[in-house]
Amino acid sequence: MQAIRIIDIEKSYPLKKGKTEALKGLRFDVEEGELFGLIGPDGAGKSTLFRILTTLILADKGEASVNGLDVVKDFMKIRRQVGYMPGKFSLYTDLTVEENLNFFATIFNTTVKENYHLIRNIYEQIEPFKHFRAGKLSGGMKQKLALSCALIHRPKTLFLDEPTTGVDALSRKEFWELLRSLRAEGITIMVSTPYMDEASLCDRVALIQSGKVMQIDTPEGLRNTYGKRLFAVKGPDMLHTLQRFRKMPAVEQAYPFGEVLHVVLRKDAPPFRMPEDVEASEIAPDIEDCFISLMHEHE
Amino acid sequence: MNEYVITAENLTKSFGDFTAVDRISFEVRRGEIFGFLGANGAGKTTAMRMFCGLILPSSGKASIGGFDVYRETEAIKRNIGYMSQRFSLYDDLTVQENINFYAGIYGMSRKAIREKSAPLLKQLGLEAERNALVGSLPLGWKQKLSFSVAIFHEPKIVFLDEPTGGVDPITRREFWQMIYEASDRDITVFVTTHYMDEAEYCHRVSVMVDGRIEALDTPGGLKKSHGAASMNEVFLQLARKAKRKGD
Amino acid sequence: MKQFINFIKKEFIHIFRDRRTLFILIGMPMVQILIFGFALTNEVKNSRFGYIDLSHDELSQRLVAEMDASNYFEAAAEFADRDEMEGAFRKGRISFGLVIPDDFSGSFHSTGGTKVQLIADASDPNIANTLVNYATAVIQDMAAGASQGLQIPYVIRPETRMLYNPQLQGAYNFVPGVMAMVLLLVCTMMTALTIVREKENGTMEVLLVSPVKPIKIITAKAVPYLLLSFFNITSILLLSVFVLNVPIRGSLVLLFSESVLFTLVSLSLGLLISSATASQTAAMFISLVGMFLPTVMLSGFMFPIENMPLPLQIISNLVPAKWFYIIVRSVMIKGTGLAIVWKETLILLAMLLFFMGMAIKKFKLRLA
Repeated sequence: MQAIRIIDIEKSYPLKKGKTEALKGLRFDVEEGELFGLIGPDGAGKSTLFRILTTLILADKGEASVNGLDVVKDFMKIRRQVGYMPGKFSLYTDLTVEENLNFFATIFNTTVKENYHLIRNIYEQIEPFKHFRAGKLSGGMKQKLALSCALIHRPKTLFLDEPTTGVDALSRKEFWELLRSLRAEGITIMVSTPYMDEASLCDRVALIQSGKVMQIDTPEGLRNTYGKRLFAVKGPDMLHTLQRFRKMPAVEQAYPFGEVLHVVLRKDAPPFRMPEDVEASEIAPDIEDCFISLMHEHE
Repeated sequence: MNEYVITAENLTKSFGDFTAVDRISFEVRRGEIFGFLGANGAGKTTAMRMFCGLILPSSGKASIGGFDVYRETEAIKRNIGYMSQRFSLYDDLTVQENINFYAGIYGMSRKAIREKSAPLLKQLGLEAERNALVGSLPLGWKQKLSFSVAIFHEPKIVFLDEPTGGVDPITRREFWQMIYEASDRDITVFVTTHYMDEAEYCHRVSVMVDGRIEALDTPGGLKKSHGAASMNEVFLQLARKAKRKGD
Repeated sequence: MKQFINFIKKEFIHIFRDRRTLFILIGMPMVQILIFGFALTNEVKNSRFGYIDLSHDELSQRLVAEMDASNYFEAAAEFADRDEMEGAFRKGRISFGLVIPDDFSGSFHSTGGTKVQLIADASDPNIANTLVNYATAVIQDMAAGASQGLQIPYVIRPETRMLYNPQLQGAYNFVPGVMAMVLLLVCTMMTALTIVREKENGTMEVLLVSPVKPIKIITAKAVPYLLLSFFNITSILLLSVFVLNVPIRGSLVLLFSESVLFTLVSLSLGLLISSATASQTAAMFISLVGMFLPTVMLSGFMFPIENMPLPLQIISNLVPAKWFYIIVRSVMIKGTGLAIVWKETLILLAMLLFFMGMAIKKFKLRLA
């Protein structure tokens, strides 16, 4: 059974000052027990989709269901079954860690003890700080606490909207380890992130940009369908090397990637000879390369 | 000629018995792109605020663009630019109005603003949007514009606090290209980020752990000394040493 | 039920952790009562008064001396006639005048009754009223002293005349007025703010996506402020009675019930505001401009409604505080019962049903 079904969802609404956020016909399913990633920059429509699925807003067109329940008709039932961590969620900063947990436990008619095994991994990390006000925690700890709060009633499906934004690399890594362990518990997780490197940790990802899904696949599948030759190039002066490659007719794109340049060749490229004064090696694409390539095609 | 535009010597900031920044020492050269990394709560923000003249250090010495962080904070503020993901531009002002406002703050004449903004807008491809509200621009454009505004008055140093958060990968790279161009013009760039691939773009990188600078070198040097394949690994190794969990 | 109690507990934690706001919420009513109360007495200390003594004898001089000796007055000048005194009033040199007629001691000794005229600058009616009260007290004290040992109880009857504001309002107006203001501020503004804060934090999204019924969220938010208002009502009444000596002539139970009714009206207004706004700034602005100002201006507490132009008089009927103010004044100061204030009570009740209905209808099950 599909945990989440999204059928031709469209939504547009004005945000402040003329900016509109929109979903332009999304259609995909998420399988039960899947760790599904929505990868895309801010303004791609990720939060809008989350709010439609968590029954907080209504779509203009299309249908969607969560755990087989319609997001419009059965919204009260859905609310009992899902956990949700909104993007700007910051807990109650004036309540302590423990008070936050207890509060969220009671609004879901449960106790911290009841599903303790689910949050034990997380809770053991934050326990030494349980008498701290939540506002005093660092970014990474706050997100872990927020995850505990969203998990406390053992939801069937978990919606996490950009849980790792603004969080340092180590805390992000730890957060993803927690998500992987939850997946083992059979909880369906839909998580959004602007960090492309996190895509490889999902079972499947949807790459979205400007309210449209550019591609849906496993991280492996995304890489395999890339279909272009990609080189990692290291030159003496990055800026000049970059400009040099961009002028070459066979090169579709050249952009910095960490300490190297990534140089993408056109599919119909004429035979290409790599200049000899640079270090270059042909490599397999990263999810970020896929995203860049897709953005290019969609423009 | 003094090549260093930022120097810090045993710079410390305590709040009560909590030492947010603990005796940090380093120099940044003119035109350098300096990555300032650290876990959440490691003390980056506090250090940044001291460099920008927003808070006074508890002890130690530091000078920014040749000005003392204790006595010459006003001079510091005139000689730096600042941009962050959270605070950038006014959404309810137009592109041109934002430029006029910020340039005006730094005492630029109307004529100078006019002369400089035309080529800038052309370079950013924002000529048509000159009179559009900034709020209506996509995030990526906004961030690029915001950076341009931060260096519009040709500061000696520009401080960037997570400038690329949430921006798409193409715009992120365009943004870094602008950083390189600024560095070519001898503007020193002091930048924090959570994208570890961006750390690789910096000339030198420091990693803060629990208020101290645990490591400082070129990205290549750091990877070598930590036996790591990427800056991400370097960061993870260092950040695991942290004892602190609160901000 | 446990869920609900925990929710309320959480709201109390928010209130108690924010010391500054709590201090304002609890301290403000007391401070307001005390300021209003002592602004009246403090100002009156050593008021400069002038007198016209047409009698010029031992008794009249004793009267002036007694006035001068009291804490409230200080003799500033003696005038020859009324024009001179009028001039001193206009220049603000004196705020109180005493006219002793030429037959003052004569009629005091012969008939046991005599007259003095008290003239007060009533451009500030509260002060004028208090001055008159004090002068009366001083005079009566003196009369009692002077008549000791005499067989007839001599009485001096002061005749008062108010300048500039002949229809002087009662001095106790501010207690009911402050009650209306405080309840409105605490209930309307704080309820609106606390809900909008959850919207800003993103916690409202989580609450909505939980099994908690929206009506429970609303009620849990309102209960702490209801209790806080109870505390405030009690402290205002205690201060009024014991520090300011304002009487409570009517039934205490009625007074409290009416206060609760008004509190509920204020709460539902707060809920209504919260569902219409998305930021704390907007909620604060609407509460202050939309609720607080009309309460101060149009409830009759600061400015008498009967003196307003007709359109304002009509608008004032929409201000709940006006009706509450009438009720409290009647019950507290005049000592009337429900038989007299049932009409106003009914109006408040109707307002409550209307606003509460609107608030529940408008509270969104979704975000947009």
